[in-house]
Amino acid sequence: MTATTTSARSELSELGRSETALRTFLHGLPGVDQVGAEQRAAQLGTRSIKTTAKAQAIDLAIRMVDLTTLEGADTPGKVRALAAKALRPDPADPSCPHVGAVCVYPAMVPYVAEVLRGSGVHLASVATAFPSGQAPLEIKLADTRAAVAAGADEIDMVINRGAFLAGRYKEVYDEIVATKEASGDAHLKVILETGELATYDNVRRASWLAMLAGGDFIKTSTGKVPIAATMPVTLVMLEAVRDFREATGRQVGVKPAGGIKTTKDAIKYLVMVNETVGPDWLDPDWFRFGASSLLNDLLMQRTKLTTGTYSGPDYFTLD
Amino acid sequence: MFEYAPAPESRSVVDLKPSYGLFIDGTFVDPTDGGSFKSINPASEEVLAEVAEAGAQDVERAVRAARKAYDKVWGPMPGRDRAKYLYRIARLIQERSRELAVLESLDNGKPIRESRDVDLPLVAAHFFYYAGWADKLGHAGFGANPRPIGVAAQVIPWNFPLLMLAWKIAPALAAGNTVVLKPAETTPLTALLFAEICQQADLPAGVVNIVTGAGETGRALVEHPGVDKVAFTGSTDVGRAIARSVAGTRKKLTLELGGKAANIVFDDAPIDQAVEGIVNGIFFNQGHVCCAGSRLLVQENVADRVLESLKRRMAQLRVGDPLDKNTDIGAINSAAQLERIRELSDAGSAEGAERWSPPCDLPDRGFWFAPTIFTGVTQAHRIAREEIFGPVLSVLTFRTPAEAVEKANNTPYGLSAGIWTDKGSRILWMADRLRAGVVWANTFNKFDPTSPFGGYKESGYGREGGRHGLEGYLNV
Repeated sequence: MTATTTSARSELSELGRSETALRTFLHGLPGVDQVGAEQRAAQLGTRSIKTTAKAQAIDLAIRMVDLTTLEGADTPGKVRALAAKALRPDPADPSCPHVGAVCVYPAMVPYVAEVLRGSGVHLASVATAFPSGQAPLEIKLADTRAAVAAGADEIDMVINRGAFLAGRYKEVYDEIVATKEASGDAHLKVILETGELATYDNVRRASWLAMLAGGDFIKTSTGKVPIAATMPVTLVMLEAVRDFREATGRQVGVKPAGGIKTTKDAIKYLVMVNETVGPDWLDPDWFRFGASSLLNDLLMQRTKLTTGTYSGPDYFTLD
Repeated sequence: MFEYAPAPESRSVVDLKPSYGLFIDGTFVDPTDGGSFKSINPASEEVLAEVAEAGAQDVERAVRAARKAYDKVWGPMPGRDRAKYLYRIARLIQERSRELAVLESLDNGKPIRESRDVDLPLVAAHFFYYAGWADKLGHAGFGANPRPIGVAAQVIPWNFPLLMLAWKIAPALAAGNTVVLKPAETTPLTALLFAEICQQADLPAGVVNIVTGAGETGRALVEHPGVDKVAFTGSTDVGRAIARSVAGTRKKLTLELGGKAANIVFDDAPIDQAVEGIVNGIFFNQGHVCCAGSRLLVQENVADRVLESLKRRMAQLRVGDPLDKNTDIGAINSAAQLERIRELSDAGSAEGAERWSPPCDLPDRGFWFAPTIFTGVTQAHRIAREEIFGPVLSVLTFRTPAEAVEKANNTPYGLSAGIWTDKGSRILWMADRLRAGVVWANTFNKFDPTSPFGGYKESGYGREGGRHGLEGYLNV
């Protein structure tokens, strides 16, 4: 890190002390032109990724999947099965890599932890009164501590959108700082719930707010509101982590979640990562897909590339 | 590293003949004196086809065929029947768009991504749009029953061969004129495929005639006394010569000439999108665009930041095989154009501007030029005044909106301009003061058949596109 980024970093860390300073900074970020951002995202979606590049992208995408189940109906049996799938996504092919992480509710963490122990697959848990975040801070922090204590090494928190949209940036900031502290050594992914933030300007501001407050990852969505991850939203977030690293020297990861269902979609995202922030982010440590059905499509496409034929969905496990 | 494997579009969709005649009176005919020239692929220098060179006698035949078709068939035909032919042509273009896109990329050197996603959709849209006007000319604001002019001589450039053909032929035919069109000598092939589409559409013989050749053919055509209207898109020098040659005749003239557009970035601009707009403004179609944003005027207080982003973005541009679907920048259209780009770029360096290009491997064969920017450029530099018509951007700075307007207007050209700011009132203030036919706000190089396009000052006169585009083809 250069001297300038160190001083910029300490200047930026001061921002959280005052509402005014935060607001001035966030509202001073360059705006996002909606039409232009959507056009750029669409253009990146026209890249043609074939043969060797496709094989490479599919394996990378599998390694980036946060295999997720977040249902009221989740049971120990269900999440154990999901964890088993995370370890060996394609039982018929040992060369198939394992996924990045399994993502479950805090109550399900102990069951998943048993299965994943020592495997290298991370265990993520949503916390902080996911998905609405509408609970007293103490409860959110207790939720976080419980998840970590049960064995989660990644925490997916939700920001307080109500406070953000009301302009109480410091409140949002302080909650993230507190959750980061409650997470201890666990990586903190900050869910912005971009579908509720509505504008790209808000997405850019929330991204910076989350990074300034110490988030290790910024994540688009809970998957529980109608609009989940989109290409342009993820583009704006990628630009934010790129600019943040340039300013502070600290690299932050990005996780689009929800709505990414096909290999084709996943490859579009990887192209966007490649051409927006570059190879430094093309790694499961820095980019994840929050998804469930995506994995089976990736496996089907992978089998097609290696064997030359499509197998029916019956040949892939439904867990 | 994530390396994209080659993703070439198949050439086999195009069925090229070894040689092509002239399209006169509904059929392909040999030129009277048997002359011909070769059209090559600028990305490989391979010969694509041999093309007839039309002499004065061939032009005479073509104009006579157009006159006959105008008098007997097309002129008297009700507008709604003309519309049927134009709609049919538009649909055939859509159906054969892949073939046309591949051929355009082969002959011109532009990336398939652009010929597929920009040129061809716009070509079809142009025919659809003007087909709609054919039976509504009385409502276009040129009187109750505006009459066509007659035979139109149309000379088009090599940068958007088929799109410029569409811009010329669609409004001319919709208004009831017949045409003799000369495509550029380096890019005649899609026009000849278009001639086949006219046959396929059963367009009456002589309504569209296509004579291939170089400058002499063009001169014979525009100077032909049987021509009622001349439409030209190309360089300002040739445009001047044409204006002189038609002066004192009854011919109506529209000219769409060069440009040296300013793309103006204010300090409150959406920087990431502005950078995309700068890239699109100057590197789209290898910068072979008359309305290219070839002068970047950036507010001095954000210049470093914008340039840093721009350089980072330029490093992502993929230069190479035009038929690869992932190519962003294709080949320079001809050796002559490459020479001109080199000459002006060398002048930029010699005059003290700082030159930068991202590292990129250029193919050994063919005509190539790396995307290039010059910083530290002033209004006094040749690269800030002359049209380079290549992937070369000159960067200048300004301090105030008034200075931006002054610099933007300080050129003999006036075709287009771009404004990047989050402030709506400033966009309007600037647009009122910029002497340019098209002003884009927070975008660049955006085209639509409904929107008139044309220049101020030495960028020409007359408008193409939209309702205004009909005026040049009506006796008003």
